[in-house]
Amino acid sequence: MSNHAHLRKDSDVILRVEDLVVEFKVPGNKVVNAVSQVSFDVKEGETLAVVGESGCGKTTLGKALLQIQKPKSGTVRFSNNELTALSKKDLREARTSIQMIFQDPISSLDPRMTVRQIVEEPLWIWSKGDENERLEKVKSLLNNVGLDPELVLDRKSYEFSGGQCQRISIARSLALEPKMLICDEPVSALDVSIQAQILNLLNDMKERYGLTLIFISHDLSVVKAISTRIMVMYLGKVCEIGTTESIYSKPAHHYTAALISSVPVPDPTYKTERTPITGEPPSPVDPPSGCRFRTRCPAATELCATEEPMLREVSDGQFVACHYPRA
Amino acid sequence: MSSILKLENLKVRFATHRGQLEAVRGVDLEVEAGTSIGIVGESGSGKTVMSRAAMGLLTGSNVTREGRITFDGKVLSDMSRDEVRNEFGTGMAMIFQDPMTALNPVRRIGSQLQESLRVRLGMSRKEAKARSIELLTLVRIPEPARMLRKFPSQLSGGMRQRIMIAIAISCNPKLLFADEPTTALDVTVQAQILELLTDLRQELNMTMVLVTHDLGVVAGNTDYVAVMYAGEIVEQAPTTELFANMKMPYTEALFKSIPNINMKAGSRLPVIEGRLPDPTDRPPGCGFAPRCNYAQDKCFTDHPELEVAKDGHLYRCWFPLGDSIQRKVS
Repeated sequence: MSNHAHLRKDSDVILRVEDLVVEFKVPGNKVVNAVSQVSFDVKEGETLAVVGESGCGKTTLGKALLQIQKPKSGTVRFSNNELTALSKKDLREARTSIQMIFQDPISSLDPRMTVRQIVEEPLWIWSKGDENERLEKVKSLLNNVGLDPELVLDRKSYEFSGGQCQRISIARSLALEPKMLICDEPVSALDVSIQAQILNLLNDMKERYGLTLIFISHDLSVVKAISTRIMVMYLGKVCEIGTTESIYSKPAHHYTAALISSVPVPDPTYKTERTPITGEPPSPVDPPSGCRFRTRCPAATELCATEEPMLREVSDGQFVACHYPRA
Repeated sequence: MSSILKLENLKVRFATHRGQLEAVRGVDLEVEAGTSIGIVGESGSGKTVMSRAAMGLLTGSNVTREGRITFDGKVLSDMSRDEVRNEFGTGMAMIFQDPMTALNPVRRIGSQLQESLRVRLGMSRKEAKARSIELLTLVRIPEPARMLRKFPSQLSGGMRQRIMIAIAISCNPKLLFADEPTTALDVTVQAQILELLTDLRQELNMTMVLVTHDLGVVAGNTDYVAVMYAGEIVEQAPTTELFANMKMPYTEALFKSIPNINMKAGSRLPVIEGRLPDPTDRPPGCGFAPRCNYAQDKCFTDHPELEVAKDGHLYRCWFPLGDSIQRKVS
């Protein structure tokens, strides 16, 4: 069973993931398929947003790319390196070119280290430059993320607000000049006004450092500002993947449409045409047969229960896993 | 329409090691019975402290509360703690932000739901059980009878928030405070919970105070909006009027910085530079002046008072938007 219709053959594909499976054992000798046969690719310079509700496997996917969470099967090919097959030593080296920033900016920084130590640590570990060069590098990184080095270098993370901590995290992740940055819900813990600042900053850093981004989020309105492509996940499976424009203008999967119509719009005169979606995602321990979304889907039929839909192209570059895609 | 909650010059101060922290600085607010009002602001704007103080929940040796709180014709600010407690459940109730920690993890849902029914309404066990099944049906929980036996850890965030709502409405409160009720939830679940709250409010004829940082949540679910900044109400108006005709530059900036689903993909978001002023050391002028695009000299020296425009629109700004005054844009 191949589900690779949406994979591209271009030479500038920097990351290619095929049939990735991540499993967790849970009490009662059961297995949760957190990520189930997921394939996708990312081209250099793209920003791929991975969107879905809690428990859909988007964070696990991010971790599995970096092999922080070992996948059970599948391949992760990153610029000619097969990450799943690397030795510990080679993997460490490969990870310098893929970095990650995390959801909770405050707990992802060591409270006992100064900002200088936090941002310098990656350089120090890889013995990049002498002490002076490293300090200069740290200063320029902090400057680039909008922090004044003179004011922040010797302070500790608890002296900063959430938004500032996220800036420090971004500076740290850029220290080794990675090619790819995986952002796991980087703004969901922040206030709206700060969210906008961090999103703009990520876009700036992408330009300046020529980054490729994977942006994991549950918030479709946030994703629109930053992504070039969107992949929607539900219970460990890919529902839909396509360009940002196509996903928003004509979502083909009923789940995507429901997600879009659930976003509150700051306009009291705006009448949402709510796509009926009720209930909550079922337990991933015992996912529904066939299409995993069928239990909440307004268009589900017998076929959806018996046969799992494969990803197929509905319009140029837009792929959907649904037997009855929306017109 | 009569007012159910009236705050007059409400001030809340906390004693901290850095001195007096004035979290709420003279809030006047009147909430009419049967309406719903949204309180909007950034973290640290004082919205949560204000709603908790209004409910009489903030007590302790380091808290100073001033001002007059009138609830349902009774002066709450003059009551003793026990008298205020008597209003909880039947008079007013609160839904908290984090459904994960607001429920007791070692007690079954049934016992947590029935507690207030038994204590506040004096129901028998049997009555309380029957009523709690009714309540769970009301908040659209499938198989309510089975739910009573479960522990909070067995439930999802959305289900827990439904339980919280069921507990809050169990004694038919007249006034419901909802403090960021959907912030911890997924978007699809958020939409369901907001719909549920709006329906329940109409069915049970409750007044609701919805505290949130999300102008999107306020837009579809409230009759009035009050915007808070640095411990003060800086703008207040009927919801449609506020969105159509923002007078306060802060409200506009907050509105513009929301990533809007209808905007162009890949567009750059406008931001509010800077941050809230230090609450232990407030500047003399308008608290928003250092971050305001339209600020003039006067804004840094003189504190603006709440002005009344037509249609019950209140704002606190020397140079409101939509005025013909020449503004220099910095």
